Amino acid sequence: MRDVVIAGIGQTRVGELWDISLRSLAYQAMKAARKDANGLTPDALYVGNYLAIVTSHQSNLGTLLADNAGLTGVEAFTCEAGQASGGAAFQMGYIAVASGYVDAALVVGVEKYTDAIGSEQEAALAISMDADYEAMVGLTLAAQAGLLMQRYIYQYGAPRSAFGAFPVLAHANAVNNPFAMYRRAIDQDTYEKAPPVADPLNLYDQASYADGAAAVLLTTPEKARQAGIGHPLVRVRGAGGVIDTLALHDRPDPLAFDAARYAVQRACEMGGILPGEVDLFEVDDAFSIYAVLGLEAAGFAERGEGWRLGQNGDLRLNGRLPVLTMGGSKGRGNPLGAAGVYQIVEAVQQLRGEAGANQVADARMALTLNLGGPASSAFAHVLERV
Amino acid sequence: MEIPRHWRLKKQRYALQGEVCPHCEGKIFPPRDVCPHCGNEARTTFTFSGRGKVYSFTHVTEAPAGFEETAPYTVALVQLEEGPVVTAQLTDVDADEVEIGMPVEMVTRKIRSDGDERGIIIYGYKFRPVMQH
Repeated sequence: MRDVVIAGIGQTRVGELWDISLRSLAYQAMKAARKDANGLTPDALYVGNYLAIVTSHQSNLGTLLADNAGLTGVEAFTCEAGQASGGAAFQMGYIAVASGYVDAALVVGVEKYTDAIGSEQEAALAISMDADYEAMVGLTLAAQAGLLMQRYIYQYGAPRSAFGAFPVLAHANAVNNPFAMYRRAIDQDTYEKAPPVADPLNLYDQASYADGAAAVLLTTPEKARQAGIGHPLVRVRGAGGVIDTLALHDRPDPLAFDAARYAVQRACEMGGILPGEVDLFEVDDAFSIYAVLGLEAAGFAERGEGWRLGQNGDLRLNGRLPVLTMGGSKGRGNPLGAAGVYQIVEAVQQLRGEAGANQVADARMALTLNLGGPASSAFAHVLERV
Repeated sequence: MEIPRHWRLKKQRYALQGEVCPHCEGKIFPPRDVCPHCGNEARTTFTFSGRGKVYSFTHVTEAPAGFEETAPYTVALVQLEEGPVVTAQLTDVDADEVEIGMPVEMVTRKIRSDGDERGIIIYGYKFRPVMQH
């Protein structure tokens, strides 16, 4: 396997972007990533997307987005793994370059969620669950998280209010992210007064689903040097992708998030590091309980203890393990099949020293974790400044 | 809604028909092609008793299309007495009376409508607190 570096990054603002189409949204991020990579031309385009087939009645995004961007003659297709589609597309881009199959790959995560409205939205989201045995009885993504949160509180005695630390942190970090959906802080009191969505889970335990696109250009270190790129390069040091059962009810221990555990283990083993060596962790916070379970699965806390990390400042930008450094999905907004690529882009901003007011001091190595559903699929990546 | 799919699932929906693995005797619901306990193919049908306990639950306020009329409703993970866990709505119980560990039993209820699409109504399993006699 060859070394692979991230030579360019691009992202759009996340939000309810009514006035821009799926293809143009993706194009903005693709264009920005290519520009950031000094105009490097990709041999392939891998798309992370989850809902376009339902919300935009559009499949074959690889061809659509490459065609729309004038990338004629490239290989292009969608990588789909529910809300982990962004992580899956990045994995594909990494493998394509690392194997020598292509010299440069463009990866774009894009979601156009707001083309569906009202109850169509929850129904669209439900397609990543077991249609016959979960969605059919009225389960929603939020309800999956609600079931886990209820059980977690019961099993470990965590205080209900402790989950507020995650949205409060995410919003605080999003204030300084110009691409974020919510650039305002919230406090614990606001959190505790939020209406229930899937009780005990409330509105602030859930990252808002939104539109957005993020892209990265992957290539070899040699090719990046030839292109005369001025900014630091970020190497992909480790990668791991793992599945669990699709349906939550089929797991002997639903609170374990085993797919997340093994994905992080594989990525760290491949990179020859321990998770504790990273300078920041872009954990998946689609729901606050998922951030807690992700921290435990990655080994940063014992089972049942992850909520405590939010209580003492450990996870802040100047803490022992900064997480959600640009606002995570809760603060930045959750562009679903694009979220995994946003995590990579934000980690690269940190590793290049381009995170502005949110810069983690001396950030050299980052871990990302992108989950599909309740860690039904998981992709982890270790990134390092060259 | 996909009519062949609903027809295909009728034994699971109306009778909680799953499988018992002929190799390791593990009980399986919903049915799977490969036994999760031993990795062999599982094809022998087994009908579950429909009795179980609430493993976890949540009260759904924001419902997807097809469930708007039912919302708010309670969804639970129900651990069947034979072992497997099933996702199902709870019925015939007030939201604030539900608790983890509560004994429940299967009943057949209307699950959802498909709106104006074809006019079919889907019936299937829900669970209610075990009646005290």
